[in-house]
Amino acid sequence: MTIVLQKNKTLSLKERFFNLNFTFISITIIIAFLGCVILYSAAGGNIYPWAFNQAIRFCLGLFAMFFMALIKPELYYKFATPFYLFTLALLFIVDIAGYTGMGAKRWIDLGFFKLQPSELMKIAIVLQLAKYFAITPLSTIKTIKGILLPVIYVALPVGLILLQPDLGTSLMILFCAVALFYLAGVEWWKFAIIICSAIIASPILWNFLHTYQKNRILTFLNPERDPHGTGYHIIQAKIALGSGGLTGKGFLSGTQSHLNFLPEKHTDFIFTMFSEEFGMLGGVLILLLNLVLISYGYWFAFKIYPSNYFGKMVILGLNTNYFLYVFINIAMVIGLLPVVGVPLPLISYGGTVIISVMTSFGIMLSFYANRNQELKK
Amino acid sequence: MKTNDKLRILLQRSLIIFSINVFIFFILIGRLYYLQIYQKDKYTLLSDTNRISKRILIPPRGSINDRSGIELAKNNQTFQAMIISEQVPDIDSLLSSITPILNLSQTDIERIKKDISKYKKTLPIKIKDNLSWEEVSSIMINNHLYPGLFIDEGLIRHYPYEKYTAHPLGYVGSVSQSDLQNSDNPLLQVPGFKIGKSGFEKTFDTSLRGTEGTITYEVNAYGRIMREIEKKEGIKGNDLDLTIDIRLQKIAYDAFGSQSGAAVVLDIHTGEILALVSVPSFDANLFVDGISIKNWNTLLYDEKKPLHNKAITGQYSPGSTFKIAVALAALEEGIITPSTTSFCSGKMNLGNHLFHCWRHSGHGKQNVIDAIKNSCDIFFYEVALKLGIEKIHDMSRRLGLGEIYDLKLENQKKGVIPNKKWKQENLKSPWQQGETVIAGIGQGYVLVTPIQLATMLARVVNGGYEITPTLIKKDQPQSFKKLNIKQSSIDIVKQGMFEVVNGIGGTASSAKPKDKNIIIAGKTGTTQVRRISLKERQAGIKKDEELPWKYRNHAWFMAYTPHNNPKYVVAVIAEHGGSGSAVAAPIAAKILEETIKLDIR
Repeated sequence: MTIVLQKNKTLSLKERFFNLNFTFISITIIIAFLGCVILYSAAGGNIYPWAFNQAIRFCLGLFAMFFMALIKPELYYKFATPFYLFTLALLFIVDIAGYTGMGAKRWIDLGFFKLQPSELMKIAIVLQLAKYFAITPLSTIKTIKGILLPVIYVALPVGLILLQPDLGTSLMILFCAVALFYLAGVEWWKFAIIICSAIIASPILWNFLHTYQKNRILTFLNPERDPHGTGYHIIQAKIALGSGGLTGKGFLSGTQSHLNFLPEKHTDFIFTMFSEEFGMLGGVLILLLNLVLISYGYWFAFKIYPSNYFGKMVILGLNTNYFLYVFINIAMVIGLLPVVGVPLPLISYGGTVIISVMTSFGIMLSFYANRNQELKK
Repeated sequence: MKTNDKLRILLQRSLIIFSINVFIFFILIGRLYYLQIYQKDKYTLLSDTNRISKRILIPPRGSINDRSGIELAKNNQTFQAMIISEQVPDIDSLLSSITPILNLSQTDIERIKKDISKYKKTLPIKIKDNLSWEEVSSIMINNHLYPGLFIDEGLIRHYPYEKYTAHPLGYVGSVSQSDLQNSDNPLLQVPGFKIGKSGFEKTFDTSLRGTEGTITYEVNAYGRIMREIEKKEGIKGNDLDLTIDIRLQKIAYDAFGSQSGAAVVLDIHTGEILALVSVPSFDANLFVDGISIKNWNTLLYDEKKPLHNKAITGQYSPGSTFKIAVALAALEEGIITPSTTSFCSGKMNLGNHLFHCWRHSGHGKQNVIDAIKNSCDIFFYEVALKLGIEKIHDMSRRLGLGEIYDLKLENQKKGVIPNKKWKQENLKSPWQQGETVIAGIGQGYVLVTPIQLATMLARVVNGGYEITPTLIKKDQPQSFKKLNIKQSSIDIVKQGMFEVVNGIGGTASSAKPKDKNIIIAGKTGTTQVRRISLKERQAGIKKDEELPWKYRNHAWFMAYTPHNNPKYVVAVIAEHGGSGSAVAAPIAAKILEETIKLDIR
């Protein structure tokens, strides 16, 4: 296999476009389409109020993806730190004077759009860490001093998001960062120490959790504890899923969802509704499509120019983000994780996640389109 | 090279993370398999339990009809305000906002709250029955203000003849905790279901009740009905046809006027009870929806005992009416013949005890017909002494006294027909001869109920057939056993009873019906409830009418008609009414006269 390296050539816009991976893009479209199908059912066989809006948002998302994909990757490198600092500032503003919704301050109201800085941070932290690890030699990374700065990079946004309070997002950012630390070559035993101290500190941390968060965790461990409150979600989700069987109850015929036993059926619990109507086959289809999408991400990281360490790191980080979305959402609705309020990307109703995920895909595709170019620093 | 190490680590570790990702996906798929394939049946059942709600439909209760098919107990269509408490955000505020519209009383609110705690939260609970159109429309207009409240059409038990039929029909009422414990019939669990609480409504409850229907709904998470899946109508309960003629029942009741008492009219050939009244009575409709404490106390503490069916539960000394049984026994035993006479001087000595005739001046020479006509006590004292208590007892029992009939009504009383054995068992003392003497005039231990007295007279005047009374149509045998009483004996006592009403100076000669074509015959009875004490005599009270009501004498009259070819008997007791001839006889005469005129079939 000969890899034609065109390290010094700058690709034209057209060349970059045809260099995109259209199979990957098609899979995102298929997943979003399945999302619209189940949103149509969730509305009782109506494109309003959800399916139509979702389709529009996905189109906007596609647009954002192409836009990001056609940007030269050098720009991401250049703007990684300013973008990170800007997002950090936004998080700060949200905490101080954020919009109050659902009891948690998470948005900045831009009039036409509610900006969620924590979503931006999922991208910003990846770019910032990737940049740090790209420029830092392995020997430094392996020292405590060498990881002190990236730990601060992570701790600041995670702390601010915890204050909102949004446990789900802070955990996602934390896990994503852990993955990047690991990829950068930080030794196993350092993680082990952190995990051990976390376990030891957990009784203390427990006191810092909000009552509803404590309840969610306790209820996850024992749903029967509160069959009409938080546990109700978990129990009803399991019933919806289990009663779907292999082939499901049929499109538009999920009794648990249509009779409102299943809560949040169009948002966080949409996977359950899908699996109720289309059965295990439907559920596995969603899982496999996502697995293929994630595998493509690894493939992108593998394919790009070997010296583009930053690009590989960014792709792996963003891909891990996506994986965490899918994993946490599905694991929580099928009763493997506590209910933490993470949506299923591209399928759950809601614009922010679509835009954020499609933007990340755009960034990943941008590196992939320029896979044979060396990153000009 | 350092950079290459870094890249190698990155690629190695990304492969590890990728593997972990793939592994996690397979865990998720495995979990789906576990829930959706392995545990499918469990969750399918839970899903159906969630969405399917089965309700029991109350079947229409069988009606209770009189002998010509007129409904005495029926089901009226009503509009009811119902709530499903699960759907009501705040029960108290709902109740307080609908109280002025529906005029709910404190008792209603207490009952509603009790029902809410008694039944399942998803079951409809009745707020108020019998809504007027105004009430229905004001609820309907503001329906959105009252989530969980709705109007339902239902059936309510109704007794159109109110007090006239409360005895013996009884009434229905709400299911009590003990009813629930004693039966596993699912109908009892349905809020608003009524069961028989007394009378025929109670004894025929399971037959009248019918078979429940079911309706299966699909409900959503909030309990709202989305659609009907299946409906199985209930089966109406069996109707109950009574032998009572409601027209006669009303006449008999009204004949009492302000008197308290009971009357029973029997067809002497079939034993069918044409009227059975206990006065005063009550409106059974008051009980259907739960009687108010005030109404209940009024009924409970009324000294005239409206809640008691005196026709079957009231035990009274038969007084002189008992002389018919004594006379028959004496004639049958050959102790007397129609020509046997006694001399009544107004008193009789037995040992050192003096027995008086009711007429202190005496009746003079009396044969049995005279003695019945004049109700001469001395004649019967002597006859009783000659007969002995056992013979009196035997004849009384043959005539149906001291017996509980198969009336299918609760609380029937047996009465007392004493003999030596009875006294030994119940009072642990030997029989005294003086007790035979007073038993001969139906006093002392002897106790009968109005239904028993009517039965006794029927058995006498039908020629000695052992009829038994019944209230249930088509419940009687075609023929009855003969009692082996000589027709000649019967004719003699009948002649005596004829004289009572129709003879010159007969004790009830004032009770002749206005219609001269209707000839009735009968026997009076006046029984002392309490002797006028010495103290009262000193205080100037000499006559019974001057005593307080509850100490006055009971008045009996039993009669039959027509005299030549008897068809009907009546037994009337006017409690504390005074004398049989003055009070009970006109009531009985009126009833019998109307019985003939009604031409009952």
